[in-house]
Amino acid sequence: MTLELSHLNRRFAEYQALDDVSLSIAPGEFLALLGPSGSGKTTLLRILAGLDYPDTGSVLKDGKDFLATTARERNIGMVFQHYALFRHLTVLENIAFGLRVRPWRKRPSRAVIRERVERLLKRVQLDDLGRRYPAQLSGGQRQRVALARALAVEPDMLLLDEPFGALDAQVRVTLRRWLRELHEELELTTVFVTHDQEEALELADRVAVMNNGRVEQVGSPEVIYQQPATPFVCEFIGKVNRFLVRRNGDRLSAGGWMPDGDPWQGRFTEAVAYVRPEQLRLAVPSSQPAWEAKLRHIYLAGSVAHLELHVDALDQTLEADIASEDLSRRGLHAGMELRVAPRSAVLFPREGQGATLNQERWIWHARSPVPA
Amino acid sequence: MSGRKRSRSARWPRRLAHVALILLALAFLVAFLLLPLATVFAEAFREGLTPYLEAIRQPEARSAIRLTLLVAVIAVPLNVVFGIAAAWAMTRFEFRGKTLLGAFIDLPFSVSPVISGLVYVLLFGAQGWFGPWMEAHGIKVIYAVPGLVLATIFITLPFVARELIPLMEAQGSEEEEAARVLGASGWQMFFRVTLPNIRWALLYGVLLCNARAMGEFGAVSVVSGHIRGLTTTMPLEVEMRYNEYDYVGAFAVASLLALLALLTLAVKTLLEWRYGDEIAAHAPGGH
Repeated sequence: MTLELSHLNRRFAEYQALDDVSLSIAPGEFLALLGPSGSGKTTLLRILAGLDYPDTGSVLKDGKDFLATTARERNIGMVFQHYALFRHLTVLENIAFGLRVRPWRKRPSRAVIRERVERLLKRVQLDDLGRRYPAQLSGGQRQRVALARALAVEPDMLLLDEPFGALDAQVRVTLRRWLRELHEELELTTVFVTHDQEEALELADRVAVMNNGRVEQVGSPEVIYQQPATPFVCEFIGKVNRFLVRRNGDRLSAGGWMPDGDPWQGRFTEAVAYVRPEQLRLAVPSSQPAWEAKLRHIYLAGSVAHLELHVDALDQTLEADIASEDLSRRGLHAGMELRVAPRSAVLFPREGQGATLNQERWIWHARSPVPA
Repeated sequence: MSGRKRSRSARWPRRLAHVALILLALAFLVAFLLLPLATVFAEAFREGLTPYLEAIRQPEARSAIRLTLLVAVIAVPLNVVFGIAAAWAMTRFEFRGKTLLGAFIDLPFSVSPVISGLVYVLLFGAQGWFGPWMEAHGIKVIYAVPGLVLATIFITLPFVARELIPLMEAQGSEEEEAARVLGASGWQMFFRVTLPNIRWALLYGVLLCNARAMGEFGAVSVVSGHIRGLTTTMPLEVEMRYNEYDYVGAFAVASLLALLALLTLAVKTLLEWRYGDEIAAHAPGGH
């Protein structure tokens, strides 16, 4: 089924939870709604589930009004943030709930229900825990029960609200992979809400980045990461260095470094530039424009080393990431001087101190990619 | 060695405070609860078992018992319905005047029961707002059973709601939402999810409400008119007998009321002991 969300608005007493949100959800896709808390992503999910309704706007399912159907008619599986397992029912009874509440005409027989519940328990790898109560399960087990309960009704769409939020880091990664495999197996349209950009990029086919009730950008994880549409997306996804670029005569420059070319042809005097830590070159030959930087600290985080570089010309500290094994190969150590320049950058022009003009975004790449 | 000695001497005043507090609590319990309770039974049986049984068997006593039970049987179920509805409204919806509703639910706690009774006299009494109209239609509220029921409902209004609101607040509505998304109808959601989750709190509320409904004196006294055998509930019967210097009779009926209270307590304790694990599992945070 295809869902077409257009111009959704939802206002709560103090704030605008959704502000003119339009989005389409393709059959079988794995979509992440990514944003900080209060960005409206959970409100959007609740509207899809039929637990909340927009003030204005429409949701069409295969061309028909989806908002006219109630939550119980939508045939949706939902996993709540805190799982919302029925605490007075066993795991088996929890999973069977959606089948048992059906009107008798549509209700499968006891044997069918039993068989389906057993199969789901096996699928979520909880075969032996059917008779337990939710309070007797670990966080990861509860989450899987919640998922089995949602899948038991054979939904057209699966909604997950911060599915990994309450789990510790190791369980989280395991469950994430497992969920992705499950999705590939079932080919079930899945929408999940998260504030964790790593989770969204790793799991989803498509990511919708939300901020202040608006969709900032929708795209594949690669596009979101490499071609961010707005400064918010740049700053929210991954780590990023931000600095100002100003017009000097007929060229744009920032403390001695200048991007070649000017797509704006002199229209703007200032732009905000974003450079990812892994897009900083560390040993630029003196023939090319670069910054003189002092390597202040090296933070070794497993396979990656984070370098803290102070650039006097910009009067700010930049971060560069390199593979840990390259540290010694290049003889890097704290206190040394380096010539540093971006390999690529995303620039947004702005007028004075005003807002950036996001539709004038410029994705700049060094003309001849030189090995760092 | 010296360090050990010091820690022992430092523990000593704490232990003293510990024991003193327990003794103080016990003393209060004995002086203000057990002693009066024992007195009730002692006075009731002062002249032996036969006068006691006789005092209870009198027609006025039996009528008072019947009336008390009747009032409770009407007031308590109505209270359950109101309590659940009010708790639901207070915890599941956002609306204007929510805090005002909360304050109104508590009103019977803060208003003197005598005032509550007087309000009904003002409304339905012979000189009251609706009195003449009702008299013309042959409906009698004041100095009759309906007045007793109304006053009791008013007095016991907060019991169930006050028991449920904090629990339902803490449990949140996620489980109910999950039930709806899974296809449950409103009634299925209520009977399969909400009710099982609140059943212990609801039971406590009912027990407390019942105890108060049977024991209420002030409000009932105002609307009753003290017509022997017709509008006297057990607490009123106790007072009337006492005023007539029928001490054995008064304390005999009082002992029945005390027994009801003890029974309520026993049921509550039994339930807590029998279903302790389950109650703990239902408490918020135990999830």
